[in-house]
Amino acid sequence: MSLIEIQNLSVTFDAKGRAVHAVRDVSLSVPARESFGLVGESGSGKSTILRAICGLAPISAGSIRIAGEAVRDPRGKAFARRVQMVFQDPYASLHPRHTIDRTLSEPLAIHGIGKADARVVQALDDVSLDRSFRFRYPHQLSGGQRQRVAIARALMLEPEILLLDEPTSALDASVQAETLNLLARLRDERGLTFLMVSHDLAVIDHMCDRLLVMQHGQAVEELTRDDLAAARMQTDYARALFDASADRMLEG
Amino acid sequence: MSLLEVENLRVTFDTEAGAVEAVRGVSFSLGRERLGIVGESGSGKTMTGRSVLRLIRPPGRIAADRMTFDGQDLLRASERQMRALRGKRIAMVMQDPKYSLNPVMKVGAQLTEGLRRRDRLGANEARRRAITALEAVQIRDPERVMHAYPHELSGGMGQRVMIAMMLIPGPDLLIADEPTSALDVTVQAEVLSILDALVKDRGMGLIFISHDLRLVGRFCDRILVMYAGRVVEELEAANLMQAEHPYTRGLLNCLPRIGGTRGALPSLDRNADWAV
Ligand SMILES: Nc1ncnc2c1ncn2[C@@H]1O[C@H](COP(=O)(O)OP(=O)(O)OP(=O)(O)O)[C@@H](O)[C@H]1O
Ligand SMILES: Nc1ncnc2c1ncn2[C@@H]1O[C@H](COP(=O)(O)OP(=O)(O)OP(=O)(O)O)[C@@H](O)[C@H]1O
Ligand SMILES: [Mg+2]
Ligand SMILES: [Mg+2]
Repeated sequence: MSLIEIQNLSVTFDAKGRAVHAVRDVSLSVPARESFGLVGESGSGKSTILRAICGLAPISAGSIRIAGEAVRDPRGKAFARRVQMVFQDPYASLHPRHTIDRTLSEPLAIHGIGKADARVVQALDDVSLDRSFRFRYPHQLSGGQRQRVAIARALMLEPEILLLDEPTSALDASVQAETLNLLARLRDERGLTFLMVSHDLAVIDHMCDRLLVMQHGQAVEELTRDDLAAARMQTDYARALFDASADRMLEG
Repeated sequence: MSLLEVENLRVTFDTEAGAVEAVRGVSFSLGRERLGIVGESGSGKTMTGRSVLRLIRPPGRIAADRMTFDGQDLLRASERQMRALRGKRIAMVMQDPKYSLNPVMKVGAQLTEGLRRRDRLGANEARRRAITALEAVQIRDPERVMHAYPHELSGGMGQRVMIAMMLIPGPDLLIADEPTSALDVTVQAEVLSILDALVKDRGMGLIFISHDLRLVGRFCDRILVMYAGRVVEELEAANLMQAEHPYTRGLLNCLPRIGGTRGALPSLDRNADWAV
């Protein structure tokens, strides 16, 4: 049994009478302590899959199980302890009038977890943010600094599963490396399971055991990390994505 | 003559905890070319871009020895003159596109607003132009997207809508702040080729802010590397691999690669001297 099990998931939005089929019949499963990547066309439904797991998208068919149990509506507190998501759009996911300190300590208060002060300081250190940022507001940070706050917040409750939507796409190479190293270290130490979206195949290759290529709401092809490294893809779209990847271009 | 000249630009925020110097003496000039700006998160790339449009909100302050666009002094221009430049002649694609779009206005209305008001186009013609612009940035179903609100778009769709919106007035200078960070490589290639054509055919100047070294190395003509509010290195894009500054070299080393080892990525040993 896999920790995350998604079977024949479809998500359909109702945009004023027009049905938007964002995800169509997608299945994937992620065993505990493994990392799974979602890649593919912009608008192909990657974020929607993560949001559906969190109960933030209208599931029109299929099922989502965590550790064998179907997710319940609403997801509730126990789910939040277990599963946390880093959203693609850090600006929209951080409360504009809450300081970073409040953003990071609020989940602790809600779940009755003590030592908030020490934990907030530790979280800032973990994502390489200077402690002077603690009492700033989101608009007083750069894009990459906001993204790191969003990652820090997701880690506050020490979840077992992290859903990461483009977690390093706003970060320069050095901070990206630090963030990926942190995530990999936590995965080893705490036995975390990741489901992550990135448009950067090199990031997915570095972090994930398997990946699913998506296009237009549908699963195109599932690949292992070895398949990816050896360019063993079956479909034209997956190959085009691989070929167009900027990777290797500089070394060229 | 250069399109844009910036000399000794400084951006300072007075906060309760003291002054934060976000940009500390940045100088560059831009012709009708593609200038890349890369650098550490928080190094002042966005603030440099926003300064050109004088879009720094108080308590932020801009100071410079010189900042001219097409011969016009941006430091002394009135707010009214700045408004006439913004969007029409100098456009900026913001780093958080969905945040910069109006959340309660449909995409179509936002795209056609300028065409109708400024260019006095009729509703049908404005609509047609907007749809063409969406198609150019590879939006699959432009009709639906015209009727969508920003929160109904994916991250990369928001970026592309923002790019389409900024390009419609045909600006002379485009400042693009991480414009393709949420795009898959194939869509990204299409968007870059549009920008490229505007620089080559129309002589637009482009400031391309990005953390993606490989991309900037291939796409731009020249690159500024920023660290802690300063430009620490300026080089021809073709020579990126020969970068000399230890920060730039360090950056190149910490990129993961397909088929690479899965061990910890090399991280940067930041040297306090770099920030001096
Ligand atoms: N609330 C919503 N209402 C209507 N349509 C929506 C909504 N949210 C998402 N969509 C649509 O669902 C589709 C999939 O969006 P999603 O955000 O999952 O894409 P994505 O693969 O994450 O893309 P990107 O890489 O650009 O972020 C898009 O066509 C989008 O417009
Ligand atoms: N309102 C503000 N008050 C105080 N400091 C600010 C404010 N806005 C930005 N800063 C600081 O200014 C510095 C430069 O920010 P800027 O947004 O230009 O960085 P950047 O190079 O674009 O980074 P990123 O790649 O992460 O987007 C950052 O350290 C940021 O924290
Ligand atoms: Mg997305
Ligand atoms: Mg920025």
